[in-house]
Amino acid sequence: MTYSQFGHMIPEMIILGIFILVFLFDTFSSEKGKKILTPFTTILFGLGTIAIWVTPASGEFVFGGMYINDTATNAIKAILNIGVFIVFLQAAEWLNSEETVIRKGEFYELILVTVFGMYLMVSARHFLLFLIGLESASLPLAALVAFNKQRLESNEAAIKYIMTAVFSSAVLLVGLSFVYAFSGGSLYFNDLAITISQGEMSGLLLVALAFMIAGIGFKLSLVPFHLWTADVYQGAPTAVTSFLSVVSKGAAAFAFFIIFTQCFGAVYADAWEWMMYAVIILTITIGNLFAIRQKNMKRFMAFSSISQAGYIMLGVMAGEALGLSALIFYVFVYVVSNLGAFLVINTIEENTGYLSMDDYNGLHKSNPWLSFAMTLAMFSLAGIPPFAGFFSKILIFTSVTSTNSWALYMLVLVALINTIISLYYYLLVVKAMWISPEEPKVGAIKTFRCEKVGLWLCVAGIVFFGLVPYIYQYCYDAVVNSMKLLATIIP
Amino acid sequence: MFDNILIWFVVIPIAMMAGLGLCQNSGMKAIRAVMVVCSTVLLALAIWLCCDFLRLREMGVTDEMLFTGSWMWYAPLNIHLAVGVDGISVLMILLSAIIVFAGTFASWKINPLPKNFFLWYALLSTGVFGFFISIDIFTMFMFYEVALIPMYLLIGVWGTGRKEYSAMKLTLMLMGGSAFLMLGLLGIFWHSAPEGGQLTWNILEISHNAAIDPNWQYMLFCFTFVGFGVLGAMFPFHTWSPDGHASAPTAVSMLHAGVLMKLGGYGCFRIAIFLLPQAANELAWIFIILTGISIVYGAFSACVQTDLKYINAYSSVSHCGMVLFAILMLNATAMTGAIMQMLSHGLMTALFFALIGMIYGRTHTRDIRQMGGLMRIMPYLGVCYMIAGFASLGLPGLSGFVAEMTIFFGAFQDSDVFHRIFVICATTAIVITAVYILRVVGKLLLGPVQDDHHLSLTDATWFERLATVTLILCIAGIGCFPNWINEAINHSFTPIINALQASVF
Repeated sequence: MTYSQFGHMIPEMIILGIFILVFLFDTFSSEKGKKILTPFTTILFGLGTIAIWVTPASGEFVFGGMYINDTATNAIKAILNIGVFIVFLQAAEWLNSEETVIRKGEFYELILVTVFGMYLMVSARHFLLFLIGLESASLPLAALVAFNKQRLESNEAAIKYIMTAVFSSAVLLVGLSFVYAFSGGSLYFNDLAITISQGEMSGLLLVALAFMIAGIGFKLSLVPFHLWTADVYQGAPTAVTSFLSVVSKGAAAFAFFIIFTQCFGAVYADAWEWMMYAVIILTITIGNLFAIRQKNMKRFMAFSSISQAGYIMLGVMAGEALGLSALIFYVFVYVVSNLGAFLVINTIEENTGYLSMDDYNGLHKSNPWLSFAMTLAMFSLAGIPPFAGFFSKILIFTSVTSTNSWALYMLVLVALINTIISLYYYLLVVKAMWISPEEPKVGAIKTFRCEKVGLWLCVAGIVFFGLVPYIYQYCYDAVVNSMKLLATIIP
Repeated sequence: MFDNILIWFVVIPIAMMAGLGLCQNSGMKAIRAVMVVCSTVLLALAIWLCCDFLRLREMGVTDEMLFTGSWMWYAPLNIHLAVGVDGISVLMILLSAIIVFAGTFASWKINPLPKNFFLWYALLSTGVFGFFISIDIFTMFMFYEVALIPMYLLIGVWGTGRKEYSAMKLTLMLMGGSAFLMLGLLGIFWHSAPEGGQLTWNILEISHNAAIDPNWQYMLFCFTFVGFGVLGAMFPFHTWSPDGHASAPTAVSMLHAGVLMKLGGYGCFRIAIFLLPQAANELAWIFIILTGISIVYGAFSACVQTDLKYINAYSSVSHCGMVLFAILMLNATAMTGAIMQMLSHGLMTALFFALIGMIYGRTHTRDIRQMGGLMRIMPYLGVCYMIAGFASLGLPGLSGFVAEMTIFFGAFQDSDVFHRIFVICATTAIVITAVYILRVVGKLLLGPVQDDHHLSLTDATWFERLATVTLILCIAGIGCFPNWINEAINHSFTPIINALQASVF
């Protein structure tokens, strides 16, 4: 091993650098200096995002094939970074509140560690590295969920989260041990793919598949592994909830795609596809049906994000370059739409403490711009053109049907019918804000500067990046490049 | 890109939205100025397009689509922004422009939030125009959905009666239809080229390739026809229409019944039948039954309603059923009739809804039992209502007559028993239409005045007159000079009829 191999891990190194800078700054600066911690971190992170976006990926396996930084991983990392950036903007005001101001630095550090873990998870081509990434992405999150430590709900949510996270890791590990046994002592993705392609289907590996779906399913909150989601989302501080709902999901979905299409490839395609078939239908439907009844906005968004995860998983079913690029694009659109909604929820909660959908009645009279942004976010989540959500949904549906199999058409039909159900509950929010005749409960709110910037970013993403295919094209090119590369390595 | 005239039909409504964005809700004058200028420009542009189109046809240009243009959009999936028009789309664009124009004047005093109302109204028109100019099924579908969603807010915020319920019902049902439609379109796309060929969303290329496997055609035909049929108010998917139209504000009812329901008919015609001819030949009978039921059922339902808007909504179900029915006859004459019926129904029903809105604005009721003798109180509106009624029941000289004549003339060409029975059943709707129209005219306009408060009501204002006169002129114009329409759409059926005949073995 040579140390020059670290030079291939540019995104990780950037995040690590930011982490160290923030840590040093937080530790050694005076009380007065800490005031600029927020702009310091946010700007630094923004620059880091741009750096990741523009640096070319080396596309080489390093550390003996454990890690790869190719164009596709680079794309998903850059997109996740956009999400994290918006979460930073969203959290700025909350972190300055009395309760949290002294622990401001911790928040940024924990988030950065999580992001680092997610990067490893995305880039790992060895199950051990993948597991390390997964753990370092999920354990700091428990601390983040408990960030409002004076609030009971926050603590309860953290306990629930850590329990499920550890449990799901254990389940995943059992699966991995089976894989280890099967592949004759190797945990490299490539080795496994080669072993599988040479042999017959084995019962051992089928069980391993089920365990792995369950393990990663917990992280993605797929049904039936979703039970922690609503409580944790509700209890966690809103900024952390938004982080949980988009960024950690995006990374897990990408890793899921890589593991299932690249390792279990052809021989097991039928097996895991049927498992996923059922899981996706359940996830989308149950997430939607439960969301209808929710009045608490954070619980509402929790169930909505469960069903959105189901749509993201459709990209895994599609496979191929089309599927992966549609998946990454979906994650991007989901990031801007969901964070847009959360920014509005957060702003209203920060100012008034209201969280129920009934509190939004007549909102347009007192806060026309917030209602406008929320409406766009809801329309985008529901997949209404000309907003970005429409394009991401259609592209993912199109990629799923590419094989022309009846079963997949039926899957798309179920997903399409579910978009109607989801439209119903997203419209309930729109109805509360625009149609409900009551006088607004929430007075005119002054949106803080950071939140305003975040909202504008989200609105711009929702409005432009469906109509302008730049991001999709970027994802597609990245994925095609990386797949070409893969084809040269694995026969 | 902007040298193509068709693009401007989308650009102008967007400019309209941008202009409205600069206005304030309190600045009614500025809002009206933006709306009047833009809708007039749209109308002028539509008329110009129509003339130019006729001129080109006169000169002997026989391309399927004129003014075509195509720009790459989502390259990996070969999605283009492709535009082009034939005679049918030109007429539909003209119809939309007329109704958007009339609708602007019909909602002159909209309250509250006029700016937001017109913003959504402009988005709705963007969708409508975009749909008619597209020849790429992806963009077509996108514009179709763009046209659907503003309805929710337009009805929900500015509607009357059980508006929340109706708005939600309408939106969900139409979106449900578009879910099926989407699946059908995906299927068409993935089968659009023979093995190894370049897959395409472009309607013309798909029909040239004619590569869709017959077994898939059946499924895709059902999905697309039902998908568009929901918007075309086909039985049993029509139930959104009465509630939705009854609750919608005037201009929205006009645009929705006048133009949006035509999107359904146009889509069935352009996508379901044109691209899937073999399935159309073999499965048309199912939908003939359903649309036959729509025609008769809608007409009977209209007879027993007492709310003016419900009467018209059911009459729309009946008339739009006629459109789909005629399209399904799969011959050029009946299809010509269908296009004429779309135009005629669009204009006439827009006039109806405009008048109902005006009457409701004065009497504050739409129940015909509580009104009477309005002809004496507001002669102008009364006469307009009568003209609309006569157009609806097919009086010669007005547009309805030409359309229905052509439809039944064409429909009678199929000489087997099944077609005969259904055509005869459908013709009874003409009589039933006369019953409910005359009933309304008798109760509402003639007879004694029911309510003394009504005696003090005033007749139409100038902007109301402008809206109605525009529509009436068009109705009479089509009724007296139907020939130019024939001329415009003459060539448009050739490819469809050819495709249909080529698929019969």
